[in-house]
Amino acid sequence: MRRLAFTLAALCAAAPAAFAQDANDTSAAALISKFAAEAGITADAETGKAFFLATQSGGGADTPSCSSCHTADPKATGMARTGKEIAPMALSVNPKRFTDTAFVDKWFGRNCDSVLGRECTATEKANVLAYFASI
Amino acid sequence: MNRFIAPLAFALATLPLAAAAQDKMTPVNDPTTLTDCTECHMAFPAGFLPARSWEAVMAGLKDHFGENATISEANRLTITAYLVANATDSGAVSARTASRILRNVTDSMTPLRISDLPWWKNEHDGEVSKAEWERAKSPANCAACHRDAARGYFED
Ligand code: HEC
Ligand code: HEC
Ligand code: HEC
Repeated sequence: MRRLAFTLAALCAAAPAAFAQDANDTSAAALISKFAAEAGITADAETGKAFFLATQSGGGADTPSCSSCHTADPKATGMARTGKEIAPMALSVNPKRFTDTAFVDKWFGRNCDSVLGRECTATEKANVLAYFASI
Repeated sequence: MNRFIAPLAFALATLPLAAAAQDKMTPVNDPTTLTDCTECHMAFPAGFLPARSWEAVMAGLKDHFGENATISEANRLTITAYLVANATDSGAVSARTASRILRNVTDSMTPLRISDLPWWKNEHDGEVSKAEWERAKSPANCAACHRDAARGYFED
C-alpha cells in the first residue's frame, strides 16, 4: 500500500506531461455555463452525481457506469480496464481538470459512447461537471 | 520478478539463439501514435502484429475491445500507415523473429490482440502467477510486468 501511494504520488506529478491537457483554453466554470446555456437549464450537482453513479444500459458490457473507471469517488484515483491509472476527477483534488476544450470533448465523446452507447446531452454534461466542481 | 530469473536463466542457457532473436522489439517512434495510442495503455510495438491485424484494429476504433477509442481521421490514417509499415510481416523485424511471433497464425487469421497470438500465450503460460495477472488487471498491461516495455525490452 505504501508503495502504491508512492507510485500514485509520482504518477500525479507526471500527469500533466502524460496527457495533453495543457491548452488552458477553458475552465470547469466556463464549460458548465456553456453546456447549461446550450441545454437551457441551471446545472445541478446532485443530478450530476446520480448520473455519474448510475448503472446505464446501451453501452459496452464492461463499462456500465462512469464509476466503472473513475470509481464511485471522484476524489479517488480511477483505473482504466487496461490497468492504467486515471487521475481524480474532483476539481478540489485535481485543479488541472477541464482546462482543455478538445480534451474534454474527446473524452465525453468516447466515454459517453462506451457507457451509454450515445453522446451525452448538454444537460448531462453540465450536471456532471457541476458535480466534479462541487466536491 | 526474482522468481522468474531461474526459468529465464534456464531458457537462455538452453535456447541462446531463440532468446537472442527476441532481445529487443523496436518501440513505437511515430509521434502521432505515441500521442493517440498511449492514453489507455502503452503504445504496443508495431512488430508484434501482422499488417492485416493493425488494419483491422485501426478500422474498428469505435468499438475497440468494448470501448470507444476514436481519434481524428487524419491521425487514424497516419497511425495506420505507420503500424502497417512496421508490422511483423512488413520486414521491420528479422525473418526469424517474424516466424516466431507468427507461429501457428495462418493467413486467414487476423488476430486483434498480441495476447491472442499462440506465441505470446506460449511465452506466458505457466510463467505468470494468478496474483500477478490480477495485479496487472489486463494482459494488455505489458508494462506492469515488463518494466522496460516502453523501451522495447520484454525479457524481464
Ligand atoms: C473505460 C473507462 C472510462 C469510463 C467508463 C469513463 N471514463 Fe471518463 N475518462 C477515462 C479516461 C482514461 C480519461 C482520460 C484520462 C484522464 O483524463 O486522466 C477520462 C477522462 C474524462 C474526462 C475529461 C477530464 C478532463 O480533465 O478534461 C471527462 C469529462 C470524463 N472522463 C467524464 C466521464 C463520464 C461523464 C463518464 C460516464 C458517462 C466517464 N467519464 C466514463 C476513462 C473512463
Ligand atoms: C479509450 C482507451 C483506449 C485508447 C485511446 C486506445 N486503446 Fe487500445 N485498448 C484499450 C482497451 C480497453 C483494450 C483491451 C484491454 C483488455 O481487454 O484487457 C485495448 C487493447 C488493445 C490491443 C490488444 C492488446 C492485447 O494484446 O491484448 C491493441 C493491439 C490496441 N489496444 C491498440 C491500440 C492502438 C493502435 C491505439 C491507438 C490508435 C489504441 N489501442 C488506443 C483501450 C484503448
Ligand atoms: C502479468 C505479467 C505480464 C504481462 C501483463 C505481460 N507479460 Fe510478457 N512475460 C511475463 C513473464 C513472467 C514472462 C516470462 C519470463 C520472461 O521471459 O521474462 C514474459 C515473457 C514475454 C516475452 C518473451 C521474452 C523473451 O525474450 O523471452 C515477450 C516478448 C513478452 N513477454 C511480451 C509481452 C507483451 C508484448 C505484453 C503486453 C501485450 C506482455 N508481455 C504482458 C509477464 C507478463
